[in-house]
Amino acid sequence: MIEVRLHGRGGQGAVTSAELIAVAAINQGKYAQAFPSFGPERRGAPVMAFVRVSEDPIRTREKIYAPDVILVLDPSLPAIVKVTAGLKESGLVIVNSNKDEKTLREMLGGWQGKLAVVDATKIALEELGLPITNTTMLGAFLKATGLVDRDYLEEALTERFGRLAEKNKKAMARAVKETKIY
Amino acid sequence: MGKRIAKEVSIAIAEAVKQCKVDVIAAYPITPQTHIVEHLSELVASGELDAEYVTVESEHSAMSACLGSVATGARTFTSTSAQGLALMHEILFIAPALRLPVVMVVANRALSAPISIWNDHSDIMAERDIGWIQTFAENGQEAVDLVYHAFRVAEDRRVMFPFIVNIDGFNLSHMIEPIELPDQELVDQYLPPFKPKYKLDPRKPISMGPVGIPEIYIEAKKAQDEAFKNAYKVVVKAWDEFERIFGRRYNPVETYRMEDAEVALLIMGSLAETAMTAVDKMREAGKKVGLVRIRLWRPFPLKDFVKAVKGVKMLAVIDRALSIGATGGPVAVEARSALYQVPGRPRVVNFIAGLGGRDVTVEDFEEMADKAYFYMKKKPKEPYEMIGVKE
Repeated sequence: MIEVRLHGRGGQGAVTSAELIAVAAINQGKYAQAFPSFGPERRGAPVMAFVRVSEDPIRTREKIYAPDVILVLDPSLPAIVKVTAGLKESGLVIVNSNKDEKTLREMLGGWQGKLAVVDATKIALEELGLPITNTTMLGAFLKATGLVDRDYLEEALTERFGRLAEKNKKAMARAVKETKIY
Repeated sequence: MGKRIAKEVSIAIAEAVKQCKVDVIAAYPITPQTHIVEHLSELVASGELDAEYVTVESEHSAMSACLGSVATGARTFTSTSAQGLALMHEILFIAPALRLPVVMVVANRALSAPISIWNDHSDIMAERDIGWIQTFAENGQEAVDLVYHAFRVAEDRRVMFPFIVNIDGFNLSHMIEPIELPDQELVDQYLPPFKPKYKLDPRKPISMGPVGIPEIYIEAKKAQDEAFKNAYKVVVKAWDEFERIFGRRYNPVETYRMEDAEVALLIMGSLAETAMTAVDKMREAGKKVGLVRIRLWRPFPLKDFVKAVKGVKMLAVIDRALSIGATGGPVAVEARSALYQVPGRPRVVNFIAGLGGRDVTVEDFEEMADKAYFYMKKKPKEPYEMIGVKE
């Protein structure tokens, strides 16, 4: 079972990203749970969302304490939230940033493990005209984890966004190409 | 069969209510029930569901509107949580006494104060004695399946009692997980149209709810109590029929790895899934621990329960609600009373856990099982204890 924690700001679509990963996983025959951090959320404030993906039925209702993957949607968050909290040593951080690897590792509290970086804000502004990075970061997630198949994720995007899906798929495709893995 | 899809449990519940072809929904939104009634109002507004959605100014009015509606023979649904359920309290007692089969989903949430929007069972335990049939769902699939079952049982002429399906707020209501919604054809096969013997009809006037003078009140309550006990058979038969049509089996009490168990955990609701994971771990470590889950809370399935815990030395009852000043949580008090006359009964220890949204982890369940083993040798000083309290 792979456990993912998403960090974003209220309104950036972290919960939607979590949902889309779960939808893709379930549609391709796996088991998944997606859930928000329970409680009142405010626009712009740091928020979290969670996903579990497994080959077998998931039988736990615990919160996620030791994630395998961290997905950071907002470039300003690593400086104010300890996004690597509880992350397994073998884990992976995927982050939206325009910083170089060294600066980023420092910002992540000296994280020495697997790291994937993409400037998702730039891609989202160019492709969607908005700094909403959730679908762009799904491209980085695809490239860095391979946890779900791209076809299923694109299908989930189409179902969710209707006529806006094409733009979002394009942003996702660019992120697949531009994500750097360290 | 239907397709397995990813759905938020609240949305899936609303879709199931739609498949039950309800005529009237009267509800007031409250966290964490909101998504259920929000989606139903969308389905009515878009014309996908041919029903009246009555917007009301409070839960007291919601339940009042539901009773009026069901009394005319309309299939009726509502949903609420916590303070909303508490505000319905006065009307909740009237529904079963008038034999009005409203179906309600309660997204369980802690009662104030302190203000908490998070999950525990204090809201429903305060309504334990209202005379509604009550079930508890463990996961999203079960939440949906129990909705079809609730309408089928409630409206059965041998039953005619209102029905609450309990789902854990947030832990279930806000979870996206795989759920299979059955084909409409099968739901229609399972759930016949609602045809009450007596209903409010201006062409054939009758009175409902007249005064019960001392000469008849106790007889009326005796009749209600007997009828409620008899509902048990229909509850179980409706699950037999459910299995025949939909292929999934439900029982009033479920057991997990109870073969040769010395210690059994007992819990209701979605945390049973976490408890199963804990039981698996403890079994691997050679501990003889099993799990009992109560799905039918009212009427209490006494015989099934006694059978489920037979041979166990220690029963650890985990309550998700505090009964302040009592000798234990509501489930533990029930369990102790149920077992008192049983020869060779297990001893009962009681833990209160997961109040107001506090997480209950696999480790917490292991700790409770370990404590139960410890208490086999050394009697606990108190009749119950709270788990995970920060000192």
